[in-house]
Amino acid sequence: MKILHHPAFHQWQSQFSSTLFWRKQLKQSLLTFSGLLVFVLCWQLASSQIQTSLGQFPGPTQAAAQWSQLVDEYQAEQQREDAFYQRQLERHAALLAADPQAELPNLPYRARPTFFSQILTSLQTVLTGFVLASLIAIPLGILIGLSSNLYQVFNPLIQLFKPISPLAWLPLVTLIVSSVDLSAAWGSRSFVVSVCTVMLCSLWPTLLNTAVGVSQVPQDLLNVSKVLRLSWWRHLRIIVLPSAVPMIFTGLRLSLGIAWMVLIAAEMLAQNPGLGKFVWDEFQNGSSNSLSRICVAVLVIGLLGFALDRLMLTLQRKVNWDKSAVSR
Amino acid sequence: MQKTHLELTQVGISFPTEKGPFVALQNVNLHIKKGEFVSLIGHSGCGKSTVLNIVAGLHQATAGGVILNHKEVTEPGPERAVVFQNHSLLPWLTVYQNVELAVKQQSKGKKTKAEIRDWVEHNLALVHMSHALDKRPGEISGGMKQRVGIARALAMQPEVLLMDEPFGALDALTRAHLQDSLMEIQAQLNTTVMMITHDVDEAVLLSDRIVMMTNGPAATIGEILTVDLPRPRHRLQLADDPTYNHYRHQVLSFLYEKQRKVEDLGSKRAEKQQQKTQASA
Ligand SMILES: Nc1ncnc2c1ncn2[C@@H]1O[C@H](COP(=O)(O)OP(=O)(O)OP(=O)(O)O)[C@@H](O)[C@H]1O
Ligand SMILES: [Mg+2]
Repeated sequence: MKILHHPAFHQWQSQFSSTLFWRKQLKQSLLTFSGLLVFVLCWQLASSQIQTSLGQFPGPTQAAAQWSQLVDEYQAEQQREDAFYQRQLERHAALLAADPQAELPNLPYRARPTFFSQILTSLQTVLTGFVLASLIAIPLGILIGLSSNLYQVFNPLIQLFKPISPLAWLPLVTLIVSSVDLSAAWGSRSFVVSVCTVMLCSLWPTLLNTAVGVSQVPQDLLNVSKVLRLSWWRHLRIIVLPSAVPMIFTGLRLSLGIAWMVLIAAEMLAQNPGLGKFVWDEFQNGSSNSLSRICVAVLVIGLLGFALDRLMLTLQRKVNWDKSAVSR
Repeated sequence: MQKTHLELTQVGISFPTEKGPFVALQNVNLHIKKGEFVSLIGHSGCGKSTVLNIVAGLHQATAGGVILNHKEVTEPGPERAVVFQNHSLLPWLTVYQNVELAVKQQSKGKKTKAEIRDWVEHNLALVHMSHALDKRPGEISGGMKQRVGIARALAMQPEVLLMDEPFGALDALTRAHLQDSLMEIQAQLNTTVMMITHDVDEAVLLSDRIVMMTNGPAATIGEILTVDLPRPRHRLQLADDPTYNHYRHQVLSFLYEKQRKVEDLGSKRAEKQQQKTQASA
C-alpha cells in the first residue's frame, strides 16, 4: 500500500475527486460533442439540397454506409490473400510429395489496393518525406541560425523556394526521378516522386523556424555561455537547442501539416498510390457510391492530419523541458 | 594587499545605435589590488553594468583597455566569475544542474564525481538553497534565483569575482547573512571583488573602496572613497560608529547633491517650458 502514501497519489486523488475537475471535463466534452453535432446536422441538411450529376449529394448516413462497405472490401481482399497463400502451400506440398527435390515456386500475391492499403501507403510516404526533410532542415537551420553570414546567404534562397507550389515541383521531380536509375532498395518510382515532392515542400517551415529559434537565444544566456566558456558543442547542446526547441517544434508541426496536404495533391495529380489516388479514381469512376466514398476519404484525410499533429504535440511534450508551455 | 592586479586604463565604450554612436563610458581609470573589495555605485543607467561587462570580457572597450595579471582582457576567462544582474540561470536546468555545469566546466575533469557533488552542495548550502536542489528556476522566487546565481559564481572559485547587484532582490535578513558570508569567503580566499550596488550601507560595510560614477552619457568615475574601517566588520557595532556614518554621509552627498538625477530632469523640463513660452510670445 506504499503507493497510497505517495504525494503524487494524493495530488492525483484530490484532483480527480474534486467536483470542479469533473465539471470542467464534462463541460469540455459537451462543447466538443455539440460542435460535432452541429456539423453533422448541417451536413445532413445541406446534402438534401444539393443535386449533382451523380445524383443527390451524400449525407452522413450514406457516408457511414460506404465506410462499412470499404471495411468489407478490405476484409474480402484479406481473405483472398489468405486463400492464395493457402493454395500455394497446398501446391508446394503436392510438389514435394511427387518429388522431394522439387523446386518450389514462391509467388507473391498481387493485392489490389484497398482504401486501407492506400491509407498505409500515404502515411508511409508522408512520414518518410517529412523525416528526411527534418533531417536536412534542423541541422541546416541550426547552422544558419548560429551564423549571421550563413543567414544572409540562405535567406534569399529560402524566401524564393518557400512559396513554390507542390504542383510546380511535381513535373520536375517526376522527370528527374525517371531519368535516374533507381535500385530496388528505393522502392517504387512513384514512391520516390511523392517523397521528394513532400520533402521539397515541407523543408521550409522547419528550416526557417529552427534558424529563427536558434538566433533568438536571449543575450543573458549567451553571456552565461561565454563566461562559463562552453565549447561550441556544449554551447549548442546546453544553451542553444533547449531554448530553440519550442520554435523547432512549431516549424515541425507546420511542416508536417504541409507535407500531408502536399502529398494528397501530389498523389491525385501524379496518380501515385495513396489516398489522393483513391479520391481521384472514385471521381473518375463516377458510380452512385463514388461521392459517398469521397466524403469518407475526405473525412479520413482530415482525421489523419489531425492525428499526425497530435503525434508531434506528444513528441514535443516529451522533448520540451517546459512541460507547461505546450498546450494546443 | 599587493601590487596592482586589475587595471582599467582610459576605458571608454560607445555603442552603435540608430541615431549614431552612443558614448556610454569615457576615461574610466581604476587600479585594483589583489584581494581588494571595490564597490561601484551610481544612478541607474550610468554604466555600471557596462564597466563590469568589460572587465568580464563580454564587451570590448572601444577606447583604452583592461589588464588583469599583466594580460589584456579580451574575452571571459577562468579566473573571473560573474553574478549577473538578472541572475541568468538556464531555465531548463535544475538549481543543482545550473551550479554543477559551472563546476564541471571549471574543474575540467580534475574533480571526481563525488567531489563535484560535494562542492556543488556545499556552495548551495552556503546560500541556503539546499532545500530546492531539484527545482527549476521557474519554480523558485527571484531572491532564490539570485542566491543560486551567487552560488554558481562562488563555486567557480574565481580570482576575481564580478557581481552586478547580487543582493538586490533579497529580504533584509537573507541579505545580511549573505553579506557576512561574502566577507568571510573573501577574507579566506583573498578574492578580488568588484560589486555593483545601489545600497549605500552595503557599499560602506563591504568595501575597501567605493567608486562613485557620474551620470551618463559619457559616464566616468566621479570620486573614489577609501573606506578605512578595520576588518572583520560587524554591522551592529558599526551602526553607531562615527567614521562609518561619516563614510555613509559622503556617498549619500555624492549621489544626492553632486549627481542629482531627478533635479536634472526637472531643470530640463523647466528649460523646455521656458523655450515654449518664449516661442509663443
Ligand atoms: N548594447 C547596448 N547598446 C546600446 N546602448 C547600450 C547597450 N548596453 C548599454 N547601453 C546603454 O549604456 C548605458 C549604461 O547601461 P548599463 O546597463 O551599464 O547601466 P547600469 O549603470 O548598469 O544601470 P542599472 O543600475 O539600471 O543596472 C545605458 O544608457 C544603456 O542604455
Ligand atoms: Mg546594471
